[in-house]
Amino acid sequence: MRKIKSVSDLEKWREDIIKKQKGYEMVVSVCGGTGCHAYGCKKVRDQFAKGIKQNGFHKKIRLRFTGCRGFCERGPIVTIQPQGIFYQRVQEKDVPLIITETVGQGKIIERLLYEDSNTKRKVDSEKEIPFYKAQHRLVLGNNGLIEPTKIEDYIGIGGYRALTKALFKMESHQIISEIKASGLRGRGGAGFPTGKKWEDCRKAPGNTKYVICNCDEGDPGAYMDRSLLEGNPHSVLEGMIIGAFAIGAKQGFIYVRHEYPLACKNAETAIQQARKVGLLGKNILGSGFDFDVEIAKGGGAFVCGESTALIASIEGRVGEPRSKQIHTVTRGLWEKPTNLNNVETWANVPLIINQGSQWFYSIGTENSKGTKIFSLVGKVKNTGLVEVPMGITLKEIIFDIGGGQQDGRRIKAVQTGGPSGGCIPASLFDLSIDFDSLTEAGSMMGSGGMIVMDEGTCMVDVAKYFVHFLQEESCGKCLPCREGLKRMGEILDRITEGKGNDEDLSLLEELAEVVADTSLCGLGKTAPNPVLSALRYFRPEFEAHIHQKRCPAGVCTPLIQYSISEVDCTGCGACAKICPTQAIKGEKKQSHLILAEICSKCGSCKDVCQANAVMVQ
Amino acid sequence: MDLSSVDLIVDKYQEKRTALISILHDVQDRYKYLPDEALKMVASRLRMDINEIYGVATFYKSFSLIPKGKHSITLCLGTACHVRGGPKILRGVKKQLNIEPGQTTLDKQFSLNVVNCLGVCAIGPVMFLDGKFYGEMNPLKAKRMIEKINKNNKNKKKNGVKS
Repeated sequence: MRKIKSVSDLEKWREDIIKKQKGYEMVVSVCGGTGCHAYGCKKVRDQFAKGIKQNGFHKKIRLRFTGCRGFCERGPIVTIQPQGIFYQRVQEKDVPLIITETVGQGKIIERLLYEDSNTKRKVDSEKEIPFYKAQHRLVLGNNGLIEPTKIEDYIGIGGYRALTKALFKMESHQIISEIKASGLRGRGGAGFPTGKKWEDCRKAPGNTKYVICNCDEGDPGAYMDRSLLEGNPHSVLEGMIIGAFAIGAKQGFIYVRHEYPLACKNAETAIQQARKVGLLGKNILGSGFDFDVEIAKGGGAFVCGESTALIASIEGRVGEPRSKQIHTVTRGLWEKPTNLNNVETWANVPLIINQGSQWFYSIGTENSKGTKIFSLVGKVKNTGLVEVPMGITLKEIIFDIGGGQQDGRRIKAVQTGGPSGGCIPASLFDLSIDFDSLTEAGSMMGSGGMIVMDEGTCMVDVAKYFVHFLQEESCGKCLPCREGLKRMGEILDRITEGKGNDEDLSLLEELAEVVADTSLCGLGKTAPNPVLSALRYFRPEFEAHIHQKRCPAGVCTPLIQYSISEVDCTGCGACAKICPTQAIKGEKKQSHLILAEICSKCGSCKDVCQANAVMVQ
Repeated sequence: MDLSSVDLIVDKYQEKRTALISILHDVQDRYKYLPDEALKMVASRLRMDINEIYGVATFYKSFSLIPKGKHSITLCLGTACHVRGGPKILRGVKKQLNIEPGQTTLDKQFSLNVVNCLGVCAIGPVMFLDGKFYGEMNPLKAKRMIEKINKNNKNKKKNGVKS
């Protein structure tokens, strides 16, 4: 790897890289995101490497192990360029055929293509797949074009060009004005204007300042930060260097969750490469600007996503938030002015610098600009990461991109904003999403988790889940959050056990108000949202639990009983085979029976029964 | 217990108190948990009160003060895994191993943990077994995977291989 000391060095290197890449006739990309890893993509990659070499293709074919491509549910994903062929659910055994047929002779293997479930038509390119069609992949799109552990790939697609522009053609105040003019708001959840934050930090007195990248993605159901840092770490680094230059910081930190080992590894590799070539360290590209980045690992505490708790954690202390009367931009890490942004926010910065604030400003709604990455998960057909312009409706995301319901059960709500957000009912799916509209609907943007729920999801159970989640994750510093959530959890436990009474709902609402009004940090202040939104939109479900001692979704185990309809049972035995507790008895071709005392109420039998004979009461 | 690794780890971070969490991560990577003696040594090397170290070690969920079993099972209970039936799997595994999350079986074979999100939400419910992710899990699949490990162990014992 060469040392780059000037802009011309970088451009020369870029030319060389592009020239070398043009020498390849074909690029085979295997997705190496965490989702695809679970489906065995590493074996697929290894098999390709072996096969390409054996067939003597290694000089004309480039094999690339990319970051997450978003359509995780269909993994492992393999794409072939320049033809743009998109293969899904590729297994190790398919590789030799792909090499001889597609790579060798340019033939498409029908079986590995994506089938549009509506038209039953096979789709051969990524652009035509409904999941990708409505997306606008500005930030995430590059994941498919580069290998995250190779800085050359990032430079080859124009990487670090925004940095040279910022360092040599712009003054720091101009960079801040540009970010302000773009309308970029923090992607971590709260949506604070990024340019304003940078400006405040720049103006804060003191010579030592810090920038931090927050990748403590604790929000359950969201994994876009993980995929960005894993799949395109240099874009995040480039954003951080530009931000540090604008603010006047010489040191940065990337705070990564301990649960994300691959993100830690890829970010570390990117930092080392950038240091080696001179994009981090002293006198970056001969500009006289010094800046370096370190990785700080989290310890599995949700509250550390909150800025002051995160800072305490980097300092090596217990992650307890502090009051924010004095903001972190004035007094943050080691009491010095500190600017903290989310991974996705940092990754947007090079785009804005490269293409200008006006371009970015033209995308999105009046007060929310640009795109947002959502993780579309839960009870929806196509799950994965989707990047869409702000202002798109929930309906478009869930039905056009997500393909609608998963297994015949009607979709009834979508949960956004994680434990600080709420559930939005299907009747509001025409809502165009941006920071403000989601807050108005009683939820929030959050980091972008979008968990689809259907008739098989009990909203009381979901509310209970979030309250227990937050109760466990509460740092315990302030009383309303520590005790209030515990009591709210107890009330919800009672309701789901069929022991609720008439006063419970008003008591819940009263408690929720106190917790929201009097807690110290964002965790407590927003903690009642999931309960309040569930009560606002799904009150009849709570009432059914309390008055009729019934769980309409068939989830709350103390209120349900599984049984088999004698009339409908065909005696196929599928249920008895899948039952993990051997609670189902019956002769072949005879009606089966569930032994209530052994049944663990897991519902596996209902999932497998073809005759719909398993009933939940 | 050989504590020379603890010394090396603390040296690596130049005895910086602010590196405490990184130090504890490294110690846990080395010993698979945080042994008492190691924590005392970290405290003395960093000239910190042992209570402060315990405070940090018990606040963060990644740290364990008890030895881990040979096989580690982590079940994801994030929202996406929750709505797709994660709790059912947990109920089954708890019953099968007869332990609660955070505990290790008496024969030191399995440790069970739950985590609030592993970030592999698209393919939930997810189980993380011995460093590998498994997606689209269900109670039966989990049960069979544990049975398979148990069976392999028994076979090894029978054949005189030390497990």
